[in-house]
Amino acid sequence: MTSIARLKIWRGESADAGRWEHYQVPFEPGQSVLDALRWIRTTHDPSLAVRFSCINANACKECMIELDGTTVYACTARLAARDMTLAPLSNKRLVRDLVTEIAPPAERFVP
Amino acid sequence: MNAGATHVETDVLIIGSGGAGMYAAIEAARAGCSVLLVDRSLIGRGGATVMAQMTVAVALGSETPDHWSFHYNDTLEAGRGLCDERVARLLCEEGPACIREMEEWGIGWARKDGRITQAFAPGHDRPRCVYVDFLNTGPAVSKTLRGAVTRSKGIRKAGDLVVVDLARSGGEVTGAVAWHMSSGAPVTIAAKATVVATGGLTRLYRRNSASANMGGDGYALALRAGAPLVDMEFVQFFPIGHLAPRLIGMDPIMWDPFRYKLGGRLLNSEGEEFTARYGVSEEGRYITTRDVATYAIVKEVEAGRGSPHGGAYLSFEHCSEATLRHAFGPVIDRLAKNQIDLTKMPIEVAPIAHYHMGGVVADERMATEIPGLYVAGEAVGGANGANRLSGNAITEALVFGRRAGRSAAERVRRMTAHSFDPQAARQTLDLVAASGEANDVNTAAMIERLQATMADDVGPFRTEAKLKRALLAMDEMTGALGERPMGDNKPFDLRRLEWFDLRNMLLVARTVTISALARGESRGAHQREDLPGMLPQWRLNQVARLGPDGVALTPVPVVAQAAAQ
Repeated sequence: MTSIARLKIWRGESADAGRWEHYQVPFEPGQSVLDALRWIRTTHDPSLAVRFSCINANACKECMIELDGTTVYACTARLAARDMTLAPLSNKRLVRDLVTEIAPPAERFVP
Repeated sequence: MNAGATHVETDVLIIGSGGAGMYAAIEAARAGCSVLLVDRSLIGRGGATVMAQMTVAVALGSETPDHWSFHYNDTLEAGRGLCDERVARLLCEEGPACIREMEEWGIGWARKDGRITQAFAPGHDRPRCVYVDFLNTGPAVSKTLRGAVTRSKGIRKAGDLVVVDLARSGGEVTGAVAWHMSSGAPVTIAAKATVVATGGLTRLYRRNSASANMGGDGYALALRAGAPLVDMEFVQFFPIGHLAPRLIGMDPIMWDPFRYKLGGRLLNSEGEEFTARYGVSEEGRYITTRDVATYAIVKEVEAGRGSPHGGAYLSFEHCSEATLRHAFGPVIDRLAKNQIDLTKMPIEVAPIAHYHMGGVVADERMATEIPGLYVAGEAVGGANGANRLSGNAITEALVFGRRAGRSAAERVRRMTAHSFDPQAARQTLDLVAASGEANDVNTAAMIERLQATMADDVGPFRTEAKLKRALLAMDEMTGALGERPMGDNKPFDLRRLEWFDLRNMLLVARTVTISALARGESRGAHQREDLPGMLPQWRLNQVARLGPDGVALTPVPVVAQAAAQ
């Protein structure tokens, strides 16, 4: 029952200094995009940056990314056996890879 | 100050912004203190509180007459003789005041005919658990406290700030050394009082019900600062965590509220209700305590009567669509999106790491043994003994948070100046500012390996051989991790974060394991298959301290007090 999702993921710390990387992720129907990102980190590249806390419950609301140009929660978007493009939120400041500055200004620490 | 480190000062530093941390912040600010509320994740989003599904135990007596002493008796009973009665009493006695204050702040506890509804939960002598519909207790508690934090004067919030060590000088905690995730910058914090509100350690286990932040940070911070921990062998497994089919966008403990409202039947592969075999005849009611239910499910699986994915079936097939919708409204649609129709199929459930009874030793003021250091919420040890009663976790977050904030403010009033010593913070600061050499450890994979070790060998059922094997695996991982973090101070370097996480997780995992190895009996959430049965001579708490030779344990008598009333 294993299918393959072909993910194209933005890597880098700014919009003009980065690249797209490609990953083939085996999955079983029902799994989430966040499951795939966690699988990539564990099996290939732990430096891939993605923000999440609650993993599966859609409670922390931290894992917002753009999937094929649409804002989604990575934990509730489902993987599919096709090309999927994963990018950081385009309307937020990029921190690294899929991580953007999503905290309200009053909750940010400014070093 | 170290070149490159940002230095900030505050009256009260609060580490962790779940329910306990936010309540502590509100209370300290109310007493006139400046507060720095920090979280390794976003403020008020990433702890355990936001994950809570339903029940908050409190002797409100809104529907059925109740008194805090009845709640207290149930808490002690569930704790199997090991509760620290000072903090257990505080939890029960002050619960109602916090619940009413939350109501004033607009949480909207579920009501029927104008009265706050109280559900019955296993281990309680009467209906006692308040909640917010539907499955919305945790998010509502978080949102309400976030609002109250925002309305408070003097609270500065700092997300993405990872505390690496507490700072000490002159035998007192004087602040902390931290690392700012989203910039990579080292940070030092001077504080007149520090509250650790970092939650528990469920991330140590493969299947768990909490967020990725709950890796036992606070226990490790306290140990390294010289504060003792207690009852570290008691990890609560929630018996009916969701197992299959794959379900996304839902918390794995969601079946708990389903059972509160609808009963439900726990079945083995032969379609039998089996808890009676383990001493509790449920007959569709939800009455089996967590330790017994966990034991029953694991034993059924071992006997070859498990569900296909290695758990038990939970069936609500006796309920009509209308009954389900009345009880859970939009949740039924979310289940449908996951192709789950409860009127036609059972789901599979299995025990899942849920909560930690152990924690930092604190008195009824939430003060630890180290001046300047306070704790709150799940980070506190002792209130729940060997087994936590359903519904006590959010209550203790609120009560202990409020008390810790108040005690921290009392200390601030007595202090004239900060005593943060940059020299004493240097060692940690060097670690935070270090550029690690190339190290090919996959930190994410090592965390999974540690989670597998803990789940397989330090789970609810333990043997000497398994526990010793776990310690060897931890030695190996500690060696492979090395003494310097990898990467450098770039923004959001998750490998570096995981290096610091593993530094904490391995210390805490080892503490749990040696505590489990030393306890020569089975009690509550700690079940030794090679040492079955509870022994009167083990009615002791084990206190863990970090010394030059690692973590050492001392047995101490249970802290008791006069009977309630």
